Amino acid sequence: MGMTMTQKILAAHAGLDHVTAGQLIECELDVVMANDITGPMALPIFRQMADKVFDKDKVVLVPDHFTPNKDIKSAQNARDIQDFSREQGLTHHMVQGKCGVEHAILPERGIVVAGQCIIGADSHTCTYGALGAFGTGVGTTDIAAGMATGQTWFKVPSAIKFVLTGKPGPYISGKDIILHIIGRIGVDGALYKSMEFTGDGVQHLTMDDRFTICNMAIEAGAKNGLFPVDEQTIAYMEEHAPGKEYKVFEADADAEYDEIIEVDLATVRPTVAFPHLPGNAHTIDEIEAEEKIYIDQVVIGSCTNGRMSDMRKAAAILKGREVAPEVRVMVIPATQKIFVQCMEEGLAKIFVEAGCAFNTPGCGACMGGHMGVMCKGEKCVSTSNRNFVGRMGDVDSLIYLASPEVAAASAIAGYIANPEKIGGEQ
Amino acid sequence: MKAQGKVLKYGDNVDTDVIIPARYLNSYDAKELASHAMVDIDPTFVERLEPGDIMVACKNFGCGSSREHAPLALKTAGVSCVIAKSFARIFYRNAINIGFPILECEEAVEGIDEYDQVEVDYETGVIYNKTKGTQFQAQPFPAFLQKMIETNGLVNYVNEKKEK
Repeated sequence: MGMTMTQKILAAHAGLDHVTAGQLIECELDVVMANDITGPMALPIFRQMADKVFDKDKVVLVPDHFTPNKDIKSAQNARDIQDFSREQGLTHHMVQGKCGVEHAILPERGIVVAGQCIIGADSHTCTYGALGAFGTGVGTTDIAAGMATGQTWFKVPSAIKFVLTGKPGPYISGKDIILHIIGRIGVDGALYKSMEFTGDGVQHLTMDDRFTICNMAIEAGAKNGLFPVDEQTIAYMEEHAPGKEYKVFEADADAEYDEIIEVDLATVRPTVAFPHLPGNAHTIDEIEAEEKIYIDQVVIGSCTNGRMSDMRKAAAILKGREVAPEVRVMVIPATQKIFVQCMEEGLAKIFVEAGCAFNTPGCGACMGGHMGVMCKGEKCVSTSNRNFVGRMGDVDSLIYLASPEVAAASAIAGYIANPEKIGGEQ
Repeated sequence: MKAQGKVLKYGDNVDTDVIIPARYLNSYDAKELASHAMVDIDPTFVERLEPGDIMVACKNFGCGSSREHAPLALKTAGVSCVIAKSFARIFYRNAINIGFPILECEEAVEGIDEYDQVEVDYETGVIYNKTKGTQFQAQPFPAFLQKMIETNGLVNYVNEKKEK
């Protein structure tokens, strides 16, 4: 019996010719990543096992969740990982002002490439599947052991194969597609499994679309999301990781899947996940048929949708317009590089003139950490990945997950709006 | 190893954001985290919980973020184990890594109500509902993980391997 693409990557990193679903294996790791929440907690655990990291090129600590530091405790945490990073001489030494949101900065810097096996102490580490790599989230103890040994254990996952066909319409992007999929299979629809995306439709998805889709694999419970490597992936790696070795894996033709699900991209509509689950999906048509949902806040950014194409899509809708008078809008480019590019392309000006706060890269707003927290009764359209109870503030605030296009259209309208109707320079 | 206590019961998709909200994640002090456990879904949790009590929940317990602060908060608050229909995978790993027993058993979840007195044997996977006089069989941990629990979590497991 053949192997899925995930199984082939894992087998190669376990030094095995063949693995099957359910098998417990130990894998060599190419990248081990933690942030300013999970990293500091890992340091005392790491020191129980080792003095030095297994490979200073392969361990990365990113200060992004509570930075710029929200309070004294978070300042200490950021200090601790920065000191550790310097003390260990980590090659990819990340400092506020020179990096960005972890799952945007690692691909941008070419730290993650196709064929790798990556663990991150952050659940959205599955993002790197867009590059044809195995990436999965783990906790603090796992990451400490990974930093010490360069290895971790996995239970080999089975997979669901998603066959993407057709071409998405205008105003449809990766976010609509993944919200549509999670709406179909549910928030535990891929529990413990891989979500492997294939089919002719893949060619119509940009790398940014693929990052968004893989980013939210965890919201269906998946261990990882994965795209095949094509010309676009290779072009991305040539730009961001020139000269770096990568490996292309392909699923065997006779690989076994738990389920095969077809998704016709041409029929996917702008999609919004209502509170309090990412699987609570509604199409914009369903939303328009009901009473308007007025909002108080819009967040455009995060590891899901803070990349350059997301900024461009939002700006195209916001250009020359003003956001609704009672709505607070935050645009948060995911990295410093994207921030600069927004300035160079004139997008920063568009955002600010439209009445948006244009913020420094970070995770604060998405996780209710700081810089965008909501009080009781408020509603937010956010391009992030979670709309759990209390995620962005008070337990009685509500989060609607959407694409940058829907978020920008809603910012102008003041209620959850259809970007097809609001228009702009698409 | 056995646990015994009263049950606090919850529904589907109890996520790590409600187990320990991000606003408390500027600390990883176990006692401080424990004092905020479950606050966004059940503000009475900490005061109702007595050491040794058992949490029972439906499917996909611990979904969401990778924060190990979540199982740590529950363990430190005094929860002896969690029985659920299913667990999110990162929570599952994290729980094992800190030596916090969790059991998957759909029938037990159906057959246990809030405040029932329950006894759990981790080694055999037997769950006994003392209040109702009913017994359930959970899947015991696979040998690989049992070994890790025996050595009291991942840190000792790694150190033991290093010495070999």
